[in-house]
Amino acid sequence: MKIHEYQGKAILKEYGVAVPDGYPALSVKEALQAYEKLGGEIAVVKAQIHAGGRGKGGGVKIAKNRDEFEKYANDILGMNLITHQTGPEGKEVQRLLIEQGIDIARELYAGLVLDREKRKYAFMVSTKGGTEIEKVAAETPDKIVKEWIDPSIGLQEIQLQNLVNALGLQGDQAKNGINILKALWEVFIAKDCSLIEINPLVVTKADQVIALDAKVNFDDNGLFRHKDLMDLRDISEEDPAEVEASKYNLNYIKLDGNVGCMVNGAGLAMATMDIIKLYGGEPANFLDVGGVANAETVANGFKIILSDPNVKSIVINIFGGIVRGDRVAQGVIDAMETISVNVPVIVRLEGTNAKQAAELLNNSSLDFIVATSFADAAQKAVEAAKEIQQ
Amino acid sequence: MSILVDKETRLIVQGFTGQEGSFHGEQMIRYGTQVVAGVTPGKGGDNHLRTPVFDTVKDAKNDTAANASVIFVPPAYAADAIMEAVAAEIELVICITEGIPTKDMVAVNHNLKGSKTRLIGPNCPGVISPGKCKIGIMPGFIHVPGNIGIISRSGTLTYEAVYQISNNGMGQSTSIGIGGDPINGTNFVDALTLFAQDDETHGIVMIGEIGGSAEEDAAQWVIENNFDKPIVAFIAGRTAPPGRRMGHAGAIIDGGQGTAEDKMQALNAANITVVDNPADIGLTMKKLIEV
Repeated sequence: MKIHEYQGKAILKEYGVAVPDGYPALSVKEALQAYEKLGGEIAVVKAQIHAGGRGKGGGVKIAKNRDEFEKYANDILGMNLITHQTGPEGKEVQRLLIEQGIDIARELYAGLVLDREKRKYAFMVSTKGGTEIEKVAAETPDKIVKEWIDPSIGLQEIQLQNLVNALGLQGDQAKNGINILKALWEVFIAKDCSLIEINPLVVTKADQVIALDAKVNFDDNGLFRHKDLMDLRDISEEDPAEVEASKYNLNYIKLDGNVGCMVNGAGLAMATMDIIKLYGGEPANFLDVGGVANAETVANGFKIILSDPNVKSIVINIFGGIVRGDRVAQGVIDAMETISVNVPVIVRLEGTNAKQAAELLNNSSLDFIVATSFADAAQKAVEAAKEIQQ
Repeated sequence: MSILVDKETRLIVQGFTGQEGSFHGEQMIRYGTQVVAGVTPGKGGDNHLRTPVFDTVKDAKNDTAANASVIFVPPAYAADAIMEAVAAEIELVICITEGIPTKDMVAVNHNLKGSKTRLIGPNCPGVISPGKCKIGIMPGFIHVPGNIGIISRSGTLTYEAVYQISNNGMGQSTSIGIGGDPINGTNFVDALTLFAQDDETHGIVMIGEIGGSAEEDAAQWVIENNFDKPIVAFIAGRTAPPGRRMGHAGAIIDGGQGTAEDKMQALNAANITVVDNPADIGLTMKKLIEV
C-alpha cells in the first residue's frame, strides 16, 4: 500500500526523523491557513499524489511571498499532474502539502528495501540525491552505497557509521545523519514497510539533516496488524474498477487492451494475458478470481471486466483443481443469466469434471463459445474481439 | 524414484481441524499419503479423520515418527507454525498459506539456516510424487507417474503444465510448487539440485514469473554445473505492467528489475528451451525427450 508524502512524514516524525514543518491542505483556504501558521515569507506548495516525479511535472513550487503562494496553491490544486510514473493520462491533484522553505546545502538519498536474493534488508545511500535513483543505479552504480541488514541482528552501529561516511557527513551532520537513518530503520520494521525512500535527504546550511521528501510503502500482507495504517489508504489514487474489485476480494488490474480475462490463479492469469498477446490481441485486464469460482464471484468478475468500455470479448480460463468444473460452468451460466453480457464469452474449463462442464455449457441456451484448449480459447477470444472492433 | 516425498513420507497436518486442513487432509489421505497426525493447539487427544490430533508438532513427531509437515494455518500464525516445525526438527515443511507478512518470512528464513528442515513455499500448492504421495492442494488425478520433474512459482499454471505433460504421454517424477512469495524456503536452484541427483527424472519443466531473480540464478547454476537434463521453461508476465503486483506478492517488476525478457534471455543463454506459448510446454518437452 502506498500513502501520501505528508502521511509518511507524520509517521517518520513520530520516530524522531527531522522533517520540514508543514500541513496538508485540501483547499486553497486551508493552504492559506497553513501559510499563516508557518509564519515565514517563503513556503513550498507540494502536490500530493501517489507518484514520483512531481517536481518535474510542475507539482512542486517554492513561493517567495504570500501572493505567489496563493497563485501556486490555486494552480496546483486540481491540476492534472503528468509525471513519468502517472502515465500520459496524469492524475488530478486533490491534496497539497504546505511546507516551510529549507536552506539546502546538499541533496542526498537514503532508501530501505528488501533484497529478495540476499534475504536481508538493504539500506542504500547516495550523494546523488534529488535525481531518480533508478537512473543513478543504471548510470553510476558506484554512487550507491549499500549495507545489508541481517534481520536477526538488526542495524549495527558500524553500518550506520559506514552509511554516514559514504554520505560525506561529519561532526554534527554525522550525528544528525545517524539519528535519522536509525529512525528510518525503526519505522521500516515497526510498520511492516516494503519501502522507505528519502529523496532528497538534505543537509541544511545549519548542519541539520532533514527528510525533504518521503516515500513510505507498506507490505500489504502485514497490514492486518496495523489497523491505523489502513485509514491512510486514499482510494481516489487507485483505479475505481480496482477498488470495486477489491471489495469482492477479486484481484483485478486494469490494462489497455480489449480482451477481458477471467482466470483462477495468478500465474495462469498472467499466462492467459501473455497468450492473448501472442495471438495478436491485447489483454484488457488481469483478473484472478481465486479458488472459489462460483456464480457470485463469476458475476462480480463480469461486472468488473465490463465496467471497462474497451472490452470486446471475454475469455474465461479456469483450471478446475479442487473446485469442480461443472460447478464453475453452472456458476458462469447463472452469472450470465443475472447480468447482461453483451460481448462474446469464450469459456475454457479444464481439470476436474471438465466433460460435464462442457456439456452444461453446450446445452445451455446462452451464447457461449466453448474452447477446447488453452490456445484455442485465446485464439477465439482474440478473433472475436477483432471482429467486433471492425 | 522421486524427490522430497514418497510412500515412506509420514505427514503431520498443522491446522488439521480447520476448514482447509480438514478438506485437504481428507483429500491427501484418499490419495494414499500417510497422514499420521494432525496438530491443533488445544485439541490434543482428539481424533479427526481417524487420525490422532496433538497440541504441538513435537508431541506429534515423538508419537508418530513423522518426518514431514504441511501447514494450513492463517497468515498471522503461519510463520510461528513453520518455526515450531523447525524446532521439532521436521525434515520437510510445506507451507500452503498465502499472505504471510514478508517480515515474518525474513525471520523464518534466518531461523532455517543451520536447521534440519527444508521449507517449501509459502503460498504454494505443495509437492506431489504421483502415485506415491501428495502433500498440498493440487488435484491428484491430473498427475501420472513418470520422468518429468516440475518446479513452479505458480498454482493453477503448475496444474496446466502437469496436465500438458500427462496429455502428451509423459508423467511426473515429482512436481514442486515453490510458491509465489518474495521470500520462500526452496528456490529453483535448490529444486534443480535435487532433480539432478534423481535418476528417474529425465527432463524438467520450470515455470517462472516476473519478479526477483530466481530464474536468472537457476540459469547461472545450469551453466556452472553443466547440467544436461533437458529443461523447458515458461516465464509468466511478459504483458504485466511494471510496478504492479500481479496477484502473487513476489510477482512484480520493481525499478526495471525482474522482467520476463531478462529472465528469458538468461535462460536462453543457459541453453534452456524457453517457450513463448504456455500451451506449448508439454509438446516441447515431448520433442526434447524423444531426441
